[in-house]
Amino acid sequence: MKEINLDYAAAAPVDSVVLDAMLPFFTEYYGNPSSGHKLGEKPRKALEEARKNVALLIGAQPAEIIFTASASEANNLAIKGIVKAGKKKGNHIIASSIEHFSVLNQLKTLQKEGFTVTLLPVDRYGIVNPDHLAAEITDKTILVSIQLANPEIGTIQPIDQLTALTREKGIPFHTDAAAAAGWIPIDVDKMGIDLLTMAGDQFYGPKGSGALYVRRGVRVSPIIEGGIQEKGLRAGTENVALAVGLGEAARLAYEAMPERPNKIVAIRDKLKESLFESIPQLHLNGHPEKRLPHNLNISVEFVEGEALLMRLEMAGIYVSSGSSCTSQALKSSHVLTAIGVPPELAQGSLLLTLGVESNVEDIPYITDKLAQVSELLRNMSPLYHKYLKEGNNNARVQ
Amino acid sequence: MPEYSDKVMEHFTNPRNIGEVDEPDGVGEVGNPVCGDMMKFTIKVKDNRIEDVKYLTFGCGAAISVSSMVSEMAKGKTLEEALKITNKQVAEELGGLPGNKMHCSNLGADALHKAIEDYLEKEKISAKSSS
Repeated sequence: MKEINLDYAAAAPVDSVVLDAMLPFFTEYYGNPSSGHKLGEKPRKALEEARKNVALLIGAQPAEIIFTASASEANNLAIKGIVKAGKKKGNHIIASSIEHFSVLNQLKTLQKEGFTVTLLPVDRYGIVNPDHLAAEITDKTILVSIQLANPEIGTIQPIDQLTALTREKGIPFHTDAAAAAGWIPIDVDKMGIDLLTMAGDQFYGPKGSGALYVRRGVRVSPIIEGGIQEKGLRAGTENVALAVGLGEAARLAYEAMPERPNKIVAIRDKLKESLFESIPQLHLNGHPEKRLPHNLNISVEFVEGEALLMRLEMAGIYVSSGSSCTSQALKSSHVLTAIGVPPELAQGSLLLTLGVESNVEDIPYITDKLAQVSELLRNMSPLYHKYLKEGNNNARVQ
Repeated sequence: MPEYSDKVMEHFTNPRNIGEVDEPDGVGEVGNPVCGDMMKFTIKVKDNRIEDVKYLTFGCGAAISVSSMVSEMAKGKTLEEALKITNKQVAEELGGLPGNKMHCSNLGADALHKAIEDYLEKEKISAKSSS
């Protein structure tokens, strides 16, 4: 059976060039970069080369890059690190309500510990209004953390408008760019970003590879203490192979900008057009234009996401959903809730993320299958039958 | 995909008795889209037996399989027997449900029982008005 991955944000294959670059550092060049002797030389150089490539992707200096094992770790280092270093200055943190759980859950804990946390609302597309940020900044604000793009609905924030506000007050601005790095051009200087999180596995690097950018002069305390690796901000023998993987993936993403994302946007837009033409009562979640190139989030009205996901899997199509039934916590997506998607539409949400193997040739198959399973599930849906009986008067406005 | 039993997958793939019976004798609705699942059972009763039963379900794989299983279990049973079908039995008949999906099985028998109670209520009223 045909297999089509439309869930690349969950996992993507490691680029073969990346893998080839990594492999020697498991065996041939196994040395410890901290060693004073010859065995450490090659790994040390490779680590610094990787740092240079990661820095290049976001317009930073190599010395400003801290390797981590994930974007979640980078988010933890950013927030806990700033909070620890800036405790005397204040106790107020601002973030958006649609941050990743690796940000939100830390903030919940900090709140219990006595910090004041403000979660900014977003508009129907998921965009933070700079005026709202301006209104919430106080003398006690020690950190603002707002993602560059949302991993679920793909919405890209007007980050320079937000950083302009923190910059004038001297408040560090952290952005979780796990979903955005490698997909949209980033320049930390032009965008006014002080700390930035990225994840290698989001752009064909290996899982377990992440990094935090910390602008020179911004004070961060370590959360893993020990040796002085990574400028003392992350103790532990460096994972050279993973860092090399991240660096190589960053180099390839930088070189492929903007061709690679542009190619994916074209396919994504064709897919979107095809789905909306063939399936009635479909809703787009997120911004029509200001969104990540590989992201498409739609709600199939009257049906539930897990059932859709299972039916699509039977047709060899792999997707993800923001439905409560697909989450372990049985809660529907906090992102869809924050942008005001009604519960029944959040239940029927599908997150489609494109990647390397995505192509226009598969679009008719995907469209046919989604149209089929939507019809099948709608025919057994009490909401759909109610809609048919009551006519189109109550239909949601597209 | 969650780890569903073969029986759950079989009912999900080929759900039985979908729809609404014509001029139902009893209707039972449970759930709402906020919690994730909605079920509507309609029944036709003849000589104290469930002659026909159909359902409409908005929900996950487990919810659809549970509806299908409940409809199969109820068909042909007397009202007393059908009222004794428990959510636990439905889950057992399906070869078990993942822990976080047990709440789906709770809706199935509830919706059926509501439909039966709706029928009994209507019977009471018509018996009263005819006496």
